[in-house]
Amino acid sequence: MPYQTRTEAFWAGVRTLIPLTPGVVPFGLVAGVMAIDMGMSPGMTMAMTLLFYSGSAQMAALQLLHNDVLPVAIVMTALVINLRFVMYSASLAPFLHHLPRRWTWPLSYMLSDQSYAICILKLSSGELGRFAHFFYAGTAVTMWVSWQLSVLAGVYLGASIPSSWSLSFAIPLSFLAILVPSIRSVPSLGAAAVGGVVAVFAVDMPYNLGLVTASIAGIVAGVLIENARQRSQDEKVAE
Amino acid sequence: MSDFSLWGLFLAVGLGTFAMRLSFVELYGRLRVPALLRQALLYVPASVLAALVLPAVVYPSGHGDVVLDNPQVPAAIVAALLAWQTRNAALTLAGGMATLWALKLSGW
Repeated sequence: MPYQTRTEAFWAGVRTLIPLTPGVVPFGLVAGVMAIDMGMSPGMTMAMTLLFYSGSAQMAALQLLHNDVLPVAIVMTALVINLRFVMYSASLAPFLHHLPRRWTWPLSYMLSDQSYAICILKLSSGELGRFAHFFYAGTAVTMWVSWQLSVLAGVYLGASIPSSWSLSFAIPLSFLAILVPSIRSVPSLGAAAVGGVVAVFAVDMPYNLGLVTASIAGIVAGVLIENARQRSQDEKVAE
Repeated sequence: MSDFSLWGLFLAVGLGTFAMRLSFVELYGRLRVPALLRQALLYVPASVLAALVLPAVVYPSGHGDVVLDNPQVPAAIVAALLAWQTRNAALTLAGGMATLWALKLSGW
């Protein structure tokens, strides 16, 4: 439905995103609790949250800081995890590039998996009308506020949780909660299996190169499996 | 790690991530993703997340020492099953942590 006014489009975006927030809050809490648990100050934790604005990269960085990995390897890992934003940027660009920078820069900073997933189909169908970017802004701002608030809540909880609770295990569990639903095809299952197994065997490689090696091996496995399946399907069609 | 290098790390990741988010919006019409890269990017999340999860579960110390009585392994299996069946992050976290605590209390 095309929205008639800017306010209407913005609030429709807010209302569409709100049902997704319960899925985000637990990750924010874990990220906040873990950072405090590792001795980071509340200010540093929130600075990290504002600069990253990316839950999986932030938790990966915390996990690696916890294991005393070299900062350069941590930066590389976080950026590899965030490579998907290049894809999102490419598919959103046709709908946002004509806006002035005071729009595109903040909207790009607030690009998230959730607001992308909600908006991309509605943007490409043209159903949102001429105030479509206000709808996108509504989803993006809502997501940003819920993430910052849930990390902040974690920061205040963090101080009161004893270490006997083994809370550091919540980070790999959070990754599992993102990983498992993202496996939707045989090639992505192959990518996960190869990436995970290689990482287990490569754990003692210097400078945390094991993680990068394993990630590349998993990605290559996914591409190879997809191509092999495509080829066998083409052969079937040819017969 | 010192606060100084932490700030460097946060800034590097923050600026790099912003650059990736902005890339095509800013350079619309001047950038193209090669088909192979587009295909490879599809498998980045599954591969990287699995490479982060498995070692963290198998090696509680963070190093390559295999511990046989490691309650994290059954706890992670329970969490993975919950994630698969419910796709609910809160349930996955709660189920995994509850299994870990139950195993530790029972002296595993």
